[in-house]
Amino acid sequence: MEFNIQQVRNDFPILSRQVYGKPLVYLDNGATTQKPRVVIDCINNYHTSLNSSIHRGVHFLSDQATEAFENARETVRRFINARHAHEVIFTPGTTAAINNLAFAFGERYIAPGDEIIVTEMEHHANIVPWQMLCERKQARLKVIPFTDQGLLQTETLQQLINDKTKLIAVIHVSNTLGTVNPVADIISLAHRHSIPVLVDGAQSVQHLSIDVSKTDCDFFVFSGHKAYGPTGIGVLYAKEKWLEEMPPFQGGGEMVDVVTFEKTTWNELPFKFEAGTPNYIGAIALAEALKYLTSLGAGNILEYEHQLLRYGTEKLLALGYVTLYGSAPDKSSILSFNINGVHPYDAGMVLDKAGIAVRTGTHCAQPVMQHFGIDGTIRASLALYNTTDELDILADTLQKVKTMFG
Amino acid sequence: MKTIHDIQEEIVSEFEAFDDWMDKYNYLIELSRDLPAIDTRYKVTENLINGCQSKVWLNGEYENGIIRFTADSDAIITKGIVSLLIRVLSDRTPKEIIDADLEFIDRIGLRQNLSPTRSNGLLSMIKQMKLYALAYQARYEKMNE
Repeated sequence: MEFNIQQVRNDFPILSRQVYGKPLVYLDNGATTQKPRVVIDCINNYHTSLNSSIHRGVHFLSDQATEAFENARETVRRFINARHAHEVIFTPGTTAAINNLAFAFGERYIAPGDEIIVTEMEHHANIVPWQMLCERKQARLKVIPFTDQGLLQTETLQQLINDKTKLIAVIHVSNTLGTVNPVADIISLAHRHSIPVLVDGAQSVQHLSIDVSKTDCDFFVFSGHKAYGPTGIGVLYAKEKWLEEMPPFQGGGEMVDVVTFEKTTWNELPFKFEAGTPNYIGAIALAEALKYLTSLGAGNILEYEHQLLRYGTEKLLALGYVTLYGSAPDKSSILSFNINGVHPYDAGMVLDKAGIAVRTGTHCAQPVMQHFGIDGTIRASLALYNTTDELDILADTLQKVKTMFG
Repeated sequence: MKTIHDIQEEIVSEFEAFDDWMDKYNYLIELSRDLPAIDTRYKVTENLINGCQSKVWLNGEYENGIIRFTADSDAIITKGIVSLLIRVLSDRTPKEIIDADLEFIDRIGLRQNLSPTRSNGLLSMIKQMKLYALAYQARYEKMNE
């Protein structure tokens, strides 16, 4: 199938709107992506004609909703190529997935003196839950550093690993630098030492082909809303072995087998980890978003976004007064930069009034800012519906910013 | 002497001259340049209001019944707005500062800059100015009653 950008743009109703009387140029996709009409319609249809709590009712609607929810799980399984659908746990998002995992994993496997390894380029959501776990269990957090180019110094990993290492948590695509990290290499090294690896896929699942079986990661997490799906839904993929061994992270309805006041036994996978009424319409709509991505073709998306990134990079560097952060050879969809001598917030304010949505600040990755000794950056994060014309508008407006503040 | 209300009206009419956002921002840039420099001994961590987006330093000193504010910011547009807040609230009595309703911000279309989610230090700056006023009122004025 050919990737027709105009057709793709037509699939996203919000892209035709204006802000401050100017066409919206939405370059804040790292924060959240816009939704295609199929996803919007799906949410609307389910609320209009199929809403019913799942797995509980004996009635027609409950059956239909349950089936759709479990089909959604199967769609996610296929999309990330997990072995079993019951290895897909629905969560409210990446942050919830990591926090929940940190709790369950910590309860089962972490003892005083143990160590967990993260990287210097993690999002706070993949630092703080592990720090909190370390605090609770008197464990230690260790960090794989990165180079100024934005490359993980994976050669340090061998020295960081010891017999106390219990987990390695690594961001797949850096939300600040765009670096695509060599997760397969990290996993294979970790597995030689029998250490499980969590891959944070919040910024990768919407851009790259994900194959959890091939990379052999133990845990993979992502959010629906950054992958063209709705907010409030995300996924924790975990290998069956871990899900069997770990205790549930929440108690409540649906996750139990037998409840008495003396003892409660857990339901089978995946329900053991889905206490309470799940966001089933969110899950169903997320599956719709993933089907949409599949229909466009992962290869097409990768190629188109790669062209966009290259175009944007050249455009920014051609300005001559822009410092770009992150220039890894293998990079995805993030342009993090500063205009020399201009505060990122000032730039963001002017870009906003030109109809351009970017993020400014630390992007929930303060250690990355500390690495470069800066207060923040401007981040233009690309999606499959962005165009080279939009990147031209960005560059032209940056020129105005430079004139105003420079 | 002009009241806080008079100065707010003055600012509103200055901004009425601009129908374009870039002009408004250019004016704020100009105002940022006019903001008297804060004494370096006050540009310290204790006086720092840390926003996620931009930083603001604020100092307030009480003399002869009025509070004089000096401030700075690392972002220029924030600094421009800081200079407007100083113009309205500095050299006023604690009571005037406490009672001030800063409606001009809304009227010149800068309200979004004071949203708590913007986290640029401005909303906290206003709170801090009012806190200075409360503290100085408690320390000097109640004493004399």
